[in-house]
Amino acid sequence: MLEHIELFFKSIFIDNMVFAVFLGMCSYLAVSKKVATAVGLGAAVIFVLAVTVPMNWLLDQYLLRDGALAWLGPEYADYNLSFLSFILFIATIATMVQLVEIVVEKFSPSLYNSLGIFLPLIAVNCAILGGSLFMQSREIATLGLAFNYGVSSGIGWFLAILAIAAIREKIRYSNVPAPLRGLGITFIITGLMGIGFQSFGGMLTGGSDEEAAVEEKTTAAKIEKVEKKENKEEIDEKEVSYNDAINK
Amino acid sequence: MALLSKKDANLIKDPLADNNPITIQVLGICSALAITAELKASVVMAVSVLFVLGMGNVAISLLRNIIPSKIRIIVQLIVVATLVIIVDQVLKAFAYELSKTLSVFVGLIITNCIIMGRFEAFALGNGPWRSFLDGIGNALGYGIILVIVGFFRELLGSGTLFGFPVLGNPIDKTGLYAFGYENNGFMIIPPAALIVVGIIIWVQRSRNKALIEDN
Repeated sequence: MLEHIELFFKSIFIDNMVFAVFLGMCSYLAVSKKVATAVGLGAAVIFVLAVTVPMNWLLDQYLLRDGALAWLGPEYADYNLSFLSFILFIATIATMVQLVEIVVEKFSPSLYNSLGIFLPLIAVNCAILGGSLFMQSREIATLGLAFNYGVSSGIGWFLAILAIAAIREKIRYSNVPAPLRGLGITFIITGLMGIGFQSFGGMLTGGSDEEAAVEEKTTAAKIEKVEKKENKEEIDEKEVSYNDAINK
Repeated sequence: MALLSKKDANLIKDPLADNNPITIQVLGICSALAITAELKASVVMAVSVLFVLGMGNVAISLLRNIIPSKIRIIVQLIVVATLVIIVDQVLKAFAYELSKTLSVFVGLIITNCIIMGRFEAFALGNGPWRSFLDGIGNALGYGIILVIVGFFRELLGSGTLFGFPVLGNPIDKTGLYAFGYENNGFMIIPPAALIVVGIIIWVQRSRNKALIEDN
C-alpha cells in the first residue's frame, strides 16, 4: 500500500510529466488558451494513460523483455525482443486510442462530444508514449503499480495544463512586452512553475546521505530566492491588472 | 546554390529563421527541452532527428498515393518507429554512454510533433525530392535551436563545451574562476531550458515585428 501512495505522489509532483521531463509540451502549449478545453484534453490524457500503460506493461512483461518468452517453453527463454518495444508500444497506443474513441462514441455520446477532436490527437502526444517508456525504463514491478503510474502521471499532466490555462486567461489583461506575447511568456511562466515544482524534490527522499543533503540545501536556497522574486512579480502583476480593471 | 532552384532553396532556408519549427510553428518542444543540458546530447539529438525526418519524409512521399487516408496516422507511426529503432540501435552500438543520457528521449522522437507535422503538412502532398529538402530544412531549424540552447546551458551551467573546460578550472581557481566567477547551477536544472527558449523567442520576435502575436 505504501509503495502505491509513494508512486502516486511521486509521479504527480516530483516527476511531473510537464515540469520535470517536458512530455506532451506540444499540446500543452497549443490547447491551453482556455480552461474548458484544457480540462477536456487533460481528462482524455488521464484516461488514455490509465489504459495504455498497463497494456504496455503486460506486453513488456510477457513478450518483450529479456527472457520474457520463457512461458512458451524453455527453448524460448533467451530471446530478448526489447528492440521492438517502440514499434509495439506505439501500435498499441494508436489502436487503443481508436478503440477508446469507438467505445466512447457508442456508449457515451456526451463524453465523446466533450473530448471531441482531442482523442485522435492523443495518439501522437509524447506524454502517452513517454508514460509507457518510463514505465519500462523504471522497471515498475506489478500491474497494479503500472495502472497507478498511468493514472497519477495523467493527473500530474492535467494539473499542469489546468494551471497554465488559468494563468493564460488572466495574463491577457497584463501588459506583456509585445515580442513576448503568446508563446514567449507561456514558456517563461512554465519555466517558473517548473522551478516551483522542483521544490517537491525533497518530499520523499528525506536526505539519506550528507552529500545529497548539502546539495539539496544549496538548491533549496536558490529556489527560495527565485520564488521570492516570483512572488513579488506576481504581486506586481496583480496590481497592474487591478489598475487596468479600475481604468476600464 | 546552383544545385537547387530558388523555390527549393527556400524549402531549406525558411525553417531556419522565419518559419522555425520550434519558435514559430511550436512543434517538437518536448525533446528540445529535456536533453539540452549539454551540447553533445543536443548535437546527437539534432542529427538523429535530421536522419529520421529526412528519410521519413521521402518514405511517406513515395507512399502518399497508396496510403488510405483513414489509416494514415498508423502508417506514419510505423514508418517513424522503424527509423527510430535504427537510430536507437546505432546509438546503443557506437555511443552507449550517450544513449544512456538520452534515455527515453530517443524513443520519443516517434511522437515528436515536428515529424508528424511535416508528414501531414508536406510529404503527403509533394514529391520525394522536395519532401526530402523540406525534411532537411525543418530538422536543421530544429537543430539550430537545440544547439543554441545546449551551448548556453552548458557554458553558463558547467563552464564546459562538449565536456571540455573552456572557462578554466573551478577547483584550482584558474581562468575566469580566478576573478571570482562561478558556474550558474540554475542553468542545469530542467526549467532553465524553458526560460532560455523563451528568451530566444523574445529576441527573434523583437528583430522581426511581423512575428508578434496579438495575445
